[in-house]
Amino acid sequence: MELSIQHWCTDNGARVFFVARHGLPIVDLRIAFNAGSARDSTMPGLARMTSNLLLEGTADRTASEISQALEQHGARAQIRCGRDTADINVRCLSNRVHLEPVMRTVGDCVGCAHFPSDSVDRIRQRMIAGLSQEAAAPMEKSEKGFTAAIFADHPYATSPGGEFDSLKAIDPQRLRSFHGRYFAATNATVTLVGDLSREQAERIAEQIVVRLPVGERAPALPPVRPLSARPVLRLPFEAEQTHVSIGGVSLSYGHADHPALHLGCHILGGGGLTSILARRMRRERGLSYSSACKLTAGAAGGRFQMKTHVRNEALSEALSVVRASLCELLEQGPDTDALELARENLLGSLPLQLASNQDLLEQVAIIGFYNLPEDYVHRFSQQVRTLGGEDVRAALRRHLDPDLMATVLVGPQPVISLVG
Amino acid sequence: MSTTIAPSIETIESTVLDNGLRVFVKPDSRAPIAVSQIWYRVGSSYEQRGVTGISHLLEHMMFKGTPRYPEGVFSEIVSRQGSRENAFTGRDFTAYFEILAADRLPVAFELEADRMANLDIRDKALQTERQVVLEERRLRTDDRPEGRFLERYGAVAEAGTAYAHPVIGWADDINAIDEHDLKHWYWQWYTPANANLVVTGAVDPSEVFELAEAHFGILQGPQAVQPCDPRALTPPGERRLVYRDAQSQLTHLRIGYRVPSFATAETEEDAYALMMLAVILDGGEGGRLTDALVRGSGQATIVSSAYNGMTRLDAEFTCHAVCPNNQTETLEQSLKSQIARLSGEPISESELRRARSQLIADHFLNADDIFNQAMQIGQLEAIGAGWETFSKLEHKVQSISQAQLQAVAGRYLKAENSVVGILSPFESEAKCE
Repeated sequence: MELSIQHWCTDNGARVFFVARHGLPIVDLRIAFNAGSARDSTMPGLARMTSNLLLEGTADRTASEISQALEQHGARAQIRCGRDTADINVRCLSNRVHLEPVMRTVGDCVGCAHFPSDSVDRIRQRMIAGLSQEAAAPMEKSEKGFTAAIFADHPYATSPGGEFDSLKAIDPQRLRSFHGRYFAATNATVTLVGDLSREQAERIAEQIVVRLPVGERAPALPPVRPLSARPVLRLPFEAEQTHVSIGGVSLSYGHADHPALHLGCHILGGGGLTSILARRMRRERGLSYSSACKLTAGAAGGRFQMKTHVRNEALSEALSVVRASLCELLEQGPDTDALELARENLLGSLPLQLASNQDLLEQVAIIGFYNLPEDYVHRFSQQVRTLGGEDVRAALRRHLDPDLMATVLVGPQPVISLVG
Repeated sequence: MSTTIAPSIETIESTVLDNGLRVFVKPDSRAPIAVSQIWYRVGSSYEQRGVTGISHLLEHMMFKGTPRYPEGVFSEIVSRQGSRENAFTGRDFTAYFEILAADRLPVAFELEADRMANLDIRDKALQTERQVVLEERRLRTDDRPEGRFLERYGAVAEAGTAYAHPVIGWADDINAIDEHDLKHWYWQWYTPANANLVVTGAVDPSEVFELAEAHFGILQGPQAVQPCDPRALTPPGERRLVYRDAQSQLTHLRIGYRVPSFATAETEEDAYALMMLAVILDGGEGGRLTDALVRGSGQATIVSSAYNGMTRLDAEFTCHAVCPNNQTETLEQSLKSQIARLSGEPISESELRRARSQLIADHFLNADDIFNQAMQIGQLEAIGAGWETFSKLEHKVQSISQAQLQAVAGRYLKAENSVVGILSPFESEAKCE
């Protein structure tokens, strides 16, 4: 599985990754700044609020004029800000009549964001409404509790969406200084996929970053540390179901054990209806609609998480099944059938991850931002091809310790206080 | 944007097998993968109280095995191919899909053909799966304030039509459906004559037709029947639902209008005009609603507008707003005056240009994903509008005039077609009870 990624730097030092793909007259762009919520410091929500304001005004254009300028050409812009990156994603038609003005507008906004106070207040209101909404959503509560529990005092522990108090305290001055520090060319990775020539891609990339200062790269984050205890976090929520998350920290991108750990997690709770958790929790017992295990990598470390939701009266049974399944896998390793099934599924599904231009952009952007080798996908699949059951078991045991994992329970008080 | 922006992407070939199964193929060779979707023309709008949710429950049972491929084997075979499989049930259809390397298509056809004819519905598996479905219902509806609200809203907004009950079904019906109901439902609707097979991706249409003939051609089943729809109450009259929920943290306002769909519109221009009107109100941050209600008056935190014309029966044109201060009365008036403006004054040239660009660009961006391409064909066929509908999208969107837009807004977006729904947190006194 080879991706023909072309790579270069713009005049002011932004890194660019480009894959030409013709067939549809469209272009996908992502500018990823190393400016995610891990940079929030004492102000949770600062990074996300800054990125949410990028398209909200420049010295010469109002928010309304900016959206008009993009939408007149059918462009779709979306901003996402997670723990590692603040991303600006733009999808648009490749016809230059549309493409060029769109890219000019995006370049203006990213470099010259203005943070007008009425926009700041409006975005603040929207983020506060988001927090309120989360408070009524058990899955989001569980997610937030889980990351806080496993990342403890690491910058990853706070939620990118911020907290009520911090959101209220963020003023335009803070936003401008955050923007000034992190939204710089050398701190940016530009990814382009679509119906473009190399020459066009070079021109667009320059246009996008031309207004950014050279700046400097954000310092590396401290590595995440494994838990030293087995915390149980109980978050009361009146509902018929209890949401469960069990897990801890895991590896960062590029770690040598990543493929083995990934394969192990896939056997336990990855994809479809065939994993150990899906089989035991859903097919055999009818305990839950979905039970999964997810391995997420990040710059400073990742997370390992087993997740499910069950009717309240079945909570202790579910906890036993989930925990026992993990312990069994750690002790005995995967059986040959399960290993082969997961291996074939992972290898066979690789082309699916690169099928649409948007999927392809996702993969290339990860390779670019995390400094992975350009043949990363190929290397990963080669490793998955050769791993044996014992390799998987050893890797799981090196990185996962059930006695040092957090459990988060979101459900009615009387239900969640009885188990642990 | 007066010139055509790209060559047509609508190169679809189709055929009908002797047993009535219709096959649609749309080649796209950007990646060596294919999507196979089999669509049965049956969904929650085919159901009556007592068996609501049966289409969805049967969808779950379709993963419970046949004599040849017992439970678990199907998923395992699919998984070994590196394929992603799943299914979804809507109001007008139940569909099953595999996304896989294009050369593995025969595996998908073999398994789908087998379970189209030979499903083994057993009581024991049903008892377990019923629990799974109830968990799904709790997850999506029972345990979420907005889920509880939307289910009630649907019952009021769609009163008198088969769209009034939720796709997943009312809990008491899910509990009551038995093995025999399911067997009958399966026998009646899961027949080649009631199914459409849609394939997109790196495939050759004539090879797909041959493969379809080889796997599905031998199946026999009853002729497809027409669903019996109760006559809608027209016009239903203005309705209102005020729902207070102790867990809700925000006030939501929803205004919906019953309007024609791509299947029920007298002329398809009406449906395209409704699509454009929704984009003039919303379609991004530059739409009228955000401009006036979020950036302008600050009466709303979030606003949106949508027209989902992909329905077999009439569709709904909706505006939704999250209200920061519980002042729903003023917000409702403002939303309604935005609706009234659509018919009361001409839409500016620049707004028209924006709406056209957005709809056409979205059409191409949507085609990036071959799954979406298959979805569009499958849905248009399932509702009875025909896949050709969207091949005219660019032309239609360019040709609809300002006067037509105003006329369509005036004809459909009016009080007697409307329903207003409000979800609000309990007032503080009520919390103390």
